[in-house]
Amino acid sequence: MSVTLAEVERIAALAKLSFSDEEKAQFTEQFNQILAYVDKLDELDLSAVAPTSHVLAGPPLLRDDEYRPSLTPDEALANAPRRNKNLFSVPKVIGG
Amino acid sequence: MSNHIEYEPVIGLEVHIQLSTVSKIFCGCRARFGSEANAQVCPVCLGLPGALPVLNRKAVDYAARLALATGCEINPRSVFARKNYFYPDLPKGYQISQFEQPFCENGMITVETASGGKRPVRIRRIHLEEDAGKSMHQEAYVGDDESLVDLNRCGVPLLELVTEPDLTAPEEAAAFLAYLRQLVRYLEICDGNMEEGSLRCDANISVRVRGTFGLGTKTELKNMNSFRHVERALAFEYERQCALLTAGQAVQQETLLWDANRNIATPMRSKEFAHDYRYFPEPDLLPVEIETNWIEAQRRDLPELPQAKKVRYQEAFFLPAYDAAVLTEDADVAHYYEQVADRVDDKKLASNWVMGEVLRACKERGEGVTDLKMTPALLADLLGMLTRSEINSGMAKQIFEQVLQTGKSPHDLVAEGGLSQIDDHDSLQSVIQTVLQAQQKDVSAYLQGNEKVLGFLMGLVMKATSGRANPRTVTSLLREELAQLKNRL
Repeated sequence: MSVTLAEVERIAALAKLSFSDEEKAQFTEQFNQILAYVDKLDELDLSAVAPTSHVLAGPPLLRDDEYRPSLTPDEALANAPRRNKNLFSVPKVIGG
Repeated sequence: MSNHIEYEPVIGLEVHIQLSTVSKIFCGCRARFGSEANAQVCPVCLGLPGALPVLNRKAVDYAARLALATGCEINPRSVFARKNYFYPDLPKGYQISQFEQPFCENGMITVETASGGKRPVRIRRIHLEEDAGKSMHQEAYVGDDESLVDLNRCGVPLLELVTEPDLTAPEEAAAFLAYLRQLVRYLEICDGNMEEGSLRCDANISVRVRGTFGLGTKTELKNMNSFRHVERALAFEYERQCALLTAGQAVQQETLLWDANRNIATPMRSKEFAHDYRYFPEPDLLPVEIETNWIEAQRRDLPELPQAKKVRYQEAFFLPAYDAAVLTEDADVAHYYEQVADRVDDKKLASNWVMGEVLRACKERGEGVTDLKMTPALLADLLGMLTRSEINSGMAKQIFEQVLQTGKSPHDLVAEGGLSQIDDHDSLQSVIQTVLQAQQKDVSAYLQGNEKVLGFLMGLVMKATSGRANPRTVTSLLREELAQLKNRL
């Protein structure tokens, strides 16, 4: 399995990142090195093994439905580049 | 319209159901609607680095209730996944949802249509996810160069329910939503308030030549915030697609936004890569594992569902279908009715009063049945007095109003208010004689065999006593009096 330069560009676009041509070429090569490493798994017959999404076993810890104090609006907005009243102000978004 | 003969709509729905938990799905912030902006947020729902989600047990319980009530198969293992996209109301850059392994699948809801037909609608899946925040673009306080974001809603638990495209008319879609709303309220998992966004619906629709089975190109409709809007938007889009096909043009697969003010749907600005969400398993949350024993326990705890209740009211209480439908529409009203019906023999009389006086009182006062001072026990007392003819129905209505105001028992009100029934023969006889003297024409009609006049005379007597006369006594005294007149002829 391998990726092309076009796929790297698409992934970058989806992540809203832009790179120089040299960087794109470098990422393509690095991604392919990682994929080649993963390809080693093909040497084993894993048809009966479920993909491992989590390394921990057992059911998740659940919390009871109780509320606890939240941050104050000022704390929540402390890192916002811009605010308007108690709201986050972001560059204008048009449409849904 | 000729289009309707040639083409039929094929409709599927995607409904977001906001769960009425106290806290959010992955953190302990309150999940209330309408709080001060950004006052219900914490590092988890703000997506601050290092914060970890912990699943709310009640959200899982609620998902199971809806799964069981819609006949879905609950997956023994379901996996949370990250749905990746950028939007300012989604601070993490991904929504925690479920994708390949949803909570449950393959259910069915049967909708009763207005024409009395039944439409089985298959449920493809129901999954758990978190809500996003709220963006503001139009409000007066929003500057020209900005949009504003309130993240209070981020992380509020949602169930997303997806149907198969089994609905064949816009009215059926509205009927489906009305039933789903009733169901989630019965299950006490969602308040069903569409205006506050507790139930949100997207729809997809395509058309095909009537009687065929293929699927045409579909469009998706968004931004409909009431059942009526869903129905209107689907009707609009059905006509639009029919017109396109009739004109020999093709339907484009696209997303349309419903504009309720203009009654039209317009294409949404297409987003590049809009459907490339790059789902992958959420590493911060372990898969949900559900045991069969737990499912069976939940099944036993399920309340009686509205459709079953409706049938039972017709069979056990011998109520007409109309009464059963009105009484079971709301779980609280149904509960109220059952508490009254438990205490009185005449179930239909109880139904008349609950559908009539009780629901009217709720509407007039803007209160729920559980808030009324007229409790089911007091109403049952009142109906008991009415059935035993201790009071007549005019008085019963007056007493009803007084109980609503004061919460006093009907017995006490009758005892203290001089409302009690006039049953004393001497005073009634004198009223009757006065009435008969004044209505000689009608009296002679009766004496010549026109029995119908009796009802009219009876009404006059009731009126003369402000409705307080015992109708039975009046009838027998009237007959006696008239018989005597006849004998004298």
